[in-house]
Amino acid sequence: MDKYVCSMCGYIYDPKQGDMDNGISPGTKFEDLPDNWKCPGCGASKEKFKKMRTQ
Amino acid sequence: MKPIEIAKDIYDVGVNDWNIRDFHGYSTYQGTSYNAFLIIDEKITLIDTVKKEFADQLLENIAKIVDPKKIDYVISNHTEMDHSGGLPRILHYIGEDKPLYCSKMGLKNLSRHFPQQWNYHGVANGEELSLGKRTLTFLETRMLHWPDSMFTYVKEDKILFSSDAFGQHYAGHEKFDDQLGDEIMFHAKKYYANILLLYSPLILKLLNNVTELGLEIDMICPDHGIIWRKDPGRIINAYAKWASQEPEQKAVVVYDTMWHSTETMAEAIAQGIVEEGVIARPIHIRSSHRSDIMTEVLDAAAVIVGSPTINNQLFPTVSDFLIYMKGLKPKNKIGAAFGSYGWSGESVKLINQELEAMKFDIIDPGVKIQYVPDQDGKNACFELGRKIGKTIKR
Repeated sequence: MDKYVCSMCGYIYDPKQGDMDNGISPGTKFEDLPDNWKCPGCGASKEKFKKMRTQ
Repeated sequence: MKPIEIAKDIYDVGVNDWNIRDFHGYSTYQGTSYNAFLIIDEKITLIDTVKKEFADQLLENIAKIVDPKKIDYVISNHTEMDHSGGLPRILHYIGEDKPLYCSKMGLKNLSRHFPQQWNYHGVANGEELSLGKRTLTFLETRMLHWPDSMFTYVKEDKILFSSDAFGQHYAGHEKFDDQLGDEIMFHAKKYYANILLLYSPLILKLLNNVTELGLEIDMICPDHGIIWRKDPGRIINAYAKWASQEPEQKAVVVYDTMWHSTETMAEAIAQGIVEEGVIARPIHIRSSHRSDIMTEVLDAAAVIVGSPTINNQLFPTVSDFLIYMKGLKPKNKIGAAFGSYGWSGESVKLINQELEAMKFDIIDPGVKIQYVPDQDGKNACFELGRKIGKTIKR
């Protein structure tokens, strides 16, 4: 599962961790996040995220 | 303000804004300063500028030390216009071909503030720049408090130029922590509560990083207020404490009132809290500034909010306060609502909705009283206060 990074603040969404503070359980793929999900780091919307290139 | 040597060949060439009283919604009774720093080395370097209106003063300050046209490098730690506003004047004067270093986000953000095609150099986290005897290390600090924010560290002098972090809105002839008493901690606390509170998790990470990187820090130079030279540990420890958001045994009862009825309730609630040995202040919103109320909220265990109902809505100043507080994301708070009403009485429900959205622990459905509180009404408020006080003590 790919990680995604917020282009505004650098927050990394890791599907293995999910986003528990906002009700997203671990194992949730980025694509499956609700459309109104916001970046926990800075509040930016889903469209501001980019897939991280694996090293 | 004349330039001040803060270390050998390093100067604060910034300015005092003595008269500013409203800093985008934050009350600044003691004005503020825009600090900018000049390093005299093989490459003469300017770190940050000032608000546009003070650009000429900045140039005059620099000129007292060196001909500004001899500046080789300009560093922009942060795009916000109280620090970048002087860039057009300065770069026009010293030469727009001079390199301008900023973070990668700074590159994007500066170009959305200024149309000039400057000689931008976007730096990566940890990138170094040699000035000759000294080396600058750039440390990205995204969202502290903007996406473009970064620190500049000089390892030879162990000085951290921390942009807005660790700053205070204070204008004075004092420039160092040892020149002012404990009053500076109040200004630092108000600054944290109103600007940085929501980024507390990031602040904790940053403080960890600094420890892990083994950065030795002898002096912290923020872009506002005094410089921490005697005891930089003091402000670092304060930030660790505020960022952990562990509340004191303290409550604030924040309210507005149309005919003193909600006020009567507020005072009875505060009295009940105090009865349990917990500090409590009733705070009338229209007699205060939201930024001062927020300073009290920072370390309060409970925020109790009261509003009349006007035209089925909250009294507007209460909405102002709730929205403001919501944006700052306070954690670990107990909440409850109260209000006097005439006939529809939506205020308690509306306040509870807001406090729930802020993830407060709402420990009581709240108290609403029609028109003027009688003795039973006042007792209900007093008992709510005692319940709050007991919960805080647990």
